[in-house]
Amino acid sequence: MNNIIIAVIILGAIGGVFGLILSIAAKKLAVETDPRLDAILDVLPGVNCGACGFPGCAGLADAIVKGESNPSGCLVAKGNEAELIAEIMGIEATIGELRKVAQLHCNGGLANTTEIYKYHGYLNCHAAITQFAGSRSCLFGCVGLGDCSHACPFGAITMNENDLPEVDYALCTGCGICVKECPQKLFELVSIDHLTHVRCNNLDKGKLAKDQCKVACISCGICEKNCPSDAIHVLGTPTGNIARIDYDKCTNCGICVEKCPTKAIQQLSEIDPTIVFIQNEEEKTGCSGCAGCNICATEK
Amino acid sequence: MNEYFVIIFGSIFISNIVLVQFLGICSFLGVSKDLKSALGMGGAVTFVMALASAISWLVYNYLLKRFHLEFLQTIAFILTIASLVQFVEMFLKKFMPPLYKAMGIYLPLITTNCAILGIAILNISKDYSFMQSVTNGIANALGYTLALVLLSGIRERLELSNIPKAFQGVPIYLITASCMSMAFIGFTGLV
Repeated sequence: MNNIIIAVIILGAIGGVFGLILSIAAKKLAVETDPRLDAILDVLPGVNCGACGFPGCAGLADAIVKGESNPSGCLVAKGNEAELIAEIMGIEATIGELRKVAQLHCNGGLANTTEIYKYHGYLNCHAAITQFAGSRSCLFGCVGLGDCSHACPFGAITMNENDLPEVDYALCTGCGICVKECPQKLFELVSIDHLTHVRCNNLDKGKLAKDQCKVACISCGICEKNCPSDAIHVLGTPTGNIARIDYDKCTNCGICVEKCPTKAIQQLSEIDPTIVFIQNEEEKTGCSGCAGCNICATEK
Repeated sequence: MNEYFVIIFGSIFISNIVLVQFLGICSFLGVSKDLKSALGMGGAVTFVMALASAISWLVYNYLLKRFHLEFLQTIAFILTIASLVQFVEMFLKKFMPPLYKAMGIYLPLITTNCAILGIAILNISKDYSFMQSVTNGIANALGYTLALVLLSGIRERLELSNIPKAFQGVPIYLITASCMSMAFIGFTGLV
């Protein structure tokens, strides 16, 4: 009996002392955080894509509270978030410009290029690019192993039957991760009101480019001569030439699309300005079933 | 001096806490996704394990032993470690924000990690002195970090490999971990 009482007292004392220390520490060591920070964090999508230029959603929320960024800083948010954040901060929301989506500067793929060797390595564009710029005949084009589609946090990029990435403009949020990920630098973020795009990145001269890919830009300059608004130019770079559109001047008239002898320029039909925002329900690799999901470090 | 060497070498290689004693498997598979988080977790575990070894040794020898309450060691250690981790978290948040940011998310994970409790109990059952307990704690944490870093390195390579569909994800990690475990059993009998 005596033993039990001592045990209870000792354990109670240990618990009590630690509890006391913790409660004092919680008061003394409390770090004051702005309540607006958590409120803004709740409104933000929470995918931590980093498109805003800050380290994750918490970074952006911090910057908004400090006044370093405006409420519409989140590029992924659909618009209603900016108003909510502005309300939390008590300021007017500035309406951002039209959203941007990723456009691919390549239309090679299986259909238009040939395979120059069989690649049996890591199924990864960055690895394949070290071997003669991938197994496709074009040295500038898409390698086709889908680093972009793996990297896209929104599931907007799928590899089509042609082994080319296809951007679902309804899902694309313009976060720019694919732009950074592509080893050939084929993606560009373009505002959704621009519908005419040069789908080529080949800097080689006419015949050489045409040999590599059926739909290559051969730098002939026909588009440049026919453009009524001086929007498309064959740009000279130190390593070669390529037609590029000045999106500020382009009126989507489509004349260059018709005139291009190799069909390297494409015109899209209109893009819906709303984003279908799906939080990716990816399988949680690394989950060990510890049940500590709210503090989990294995899955962002 | 010799016995400290035996403790250090023994804890890191011969009876590696993860690969031979199978403690802390949860975080071993959970936080070994990339090298950076593995090192962060390793640092946090080293920090907490050293402190927990020291405090639990004091609690056992000056409180439990004195009142003949050795049978309470498990619950007393859990209490000690949980409050210690909480306190360390608050302390870091206030005084060392960069360190808190680096290991902040890993600290709550450690609270319930059996490796910490395991080492605290092992120190007692092996009758270590105070300094030996702390040494054992740090050495085991280094062994834990080693296992984590090794697996994360392998996992980074696995990400790029062409794995049969049935083995993708956790199955291949478990197979990898068991191969590593068998490799470490090769150290048995060195000391």
